[in-house]
Amino acid sequence: MLPELSHSEIHRYSRHLLIPEVGLEGQKKLKAASVLVIGTGGLGSPVALYLAAAGIGRIGLVDFDVVDFSNLQRQVIHGQSGLGQLKVESAKARMLDINPDIQVDTYNEAFTSQNAFRIAEPYDLIIDGTDNFPTRYLTNDLAVLTGKPNVYGSIFRFDGQVSVFDAKEGPCYRCLFPEPPPPGLVPSCAEGGVLGILPGTIGTLQATEAIKLILGIGEPLIGKLLLYNALDMSFDFVKLRKNPNCKVCGDNPEITELIDYEEFCGMPMHDHDEGSAGAEWDITARELAERLAQGEDLKIIDVREPHELEISHLEGATLIPLGQLAARLSELNSADKIVLMCKAGTRSTRALEVLHSAGFRKMKNLKDGINAWAREIDPSMPIY
Amino acid sequence: MATLRIPTPLRPYAEGQTEVSVQGATVGEALNDLVNQYPSLTKHLFNEAGELRPFVNLFLGDEDVRHLQGVATPLKENDKLMIIPSIAGG
Repeated sequence: MLPELSHSEIHRYSRHLLIPEVGLEGQKKLKAASVLVIGTGGLGSPVALYLAAAGIGRIGLVDFDVVDFSNLQRQVIHGQSGLGQLKVESAKARMLDINPDIQVDTYNEAFTSQNAFRIAEPYDLIIDGTDNFPTRYLTNDLAVLTGKPNVYGSIFRFDGQVSVFDAKEGPCYRCLFPEPPPPGLVPSCAEGGVLGILPGTIGTLQATEAIKLILGIGEPLIGKLLLYNALDMSFDFVKLRKNPNCKVCGDNPEITELIDYEEFCGMPMHDHDEGSAGAEWDITARELAERLAQGEDLKIIDVREPHELEISHLEGATLIPLGQLAARLSELNSADKIVLMCKAGTRSTRALEVLHSAGFRKMKNLKDGINAWAREIDPSMPIY
Repeated sequence: MATLRIPTPLRPYAEGQTEVSVQGATVGEALNDLVNQYPSLTKHLFNEAGELRPFVNLFLGDEDVRHLQGVATPLKENDKLMIIPSIAGG
């Protein structure tokens, strides 16, 4: 039995009721539906806004972060007044302002193998709006093991991907990407950047797919992966097939319970900078400033991209972007004392690994990058 | 000669190129030509044993080469290959 709509709801959803594919029956389906949105960041923002506006009766939000200044460039559900608030609470307030007739449940916790089943239990559909590999694999495996469709979206710089992984009817995320990439081979948005409007496009497509699935209309992106590039304004589709050897949805699944990947592969848990290469290799901004002031001969190698120098730079540093480092090792001398630096210490840690495997030993990683220098040594320098 | 589309996360290792012309009668030969042109790409595409990494998805047109003949899939003139990267941003 679908729930009835009040007069005020009928007025609110008038533009839906006019569409024959939705109508009163469809709007009641939306009201009866429950959707879990994992992540309330770039993707989760438009997803949650549009699902709230569309009248999805029950929406769950999972996130353990607080609203940060650098989120506001793309996470449009949050505003300046929400800075420092829990993201789930900031998002809930905005959603209930759009539509007080819905129920918003908040889960201010990291999504892990320990709580995923409990959190997902009341919901029909899962939307993957996370920002890291471990949670994406967790979300996929959970969706497969519970039989719930997983509306997937992912972004990087100008590129986006969207699909509907419903293992009962098609492939899952692991059929395409059987294992997460090793740490360091794929940059995060905190490191690589993202065009602020990109998650708006991709999250809106995810919300569209969720609403189609609930209404049972149209052609869902099951067995298809949409590849979007904002610069080319290209939408490409490729076919995805179920992998009979898939570890979680294949014929003989090996994965029958949830895994927390970060526990054994050391990947950053979310889209924040990880600025340390370990105590043995780190040098703090303060220590670097002191040693430079004492006239020590340190060769500072900046592994950022050329366009980042305009934001901030250290005097005397040599630019060798991380992607070129392996090919430009001949420009470095392993007898020199080298200090590697980037924005926040993530790329310089990778650079340290590149030098280490080439036999270099006398190098340090500027812990937390030039942003730490800006915080601790030179307040005239901006933090980005 | 086929063209191979380089995904954004791998472009820094291919001198910023978005598309590269690659020579070879098969997908495997084309990949070898690619990493000969841009050696920095090697470790992103192949593991230590020289096998394609499991998270690298290679499509010929809209078909996953795993569902064709893998690296032995024959290539024709003007075929379009695409690497689909694993991205996780949100």
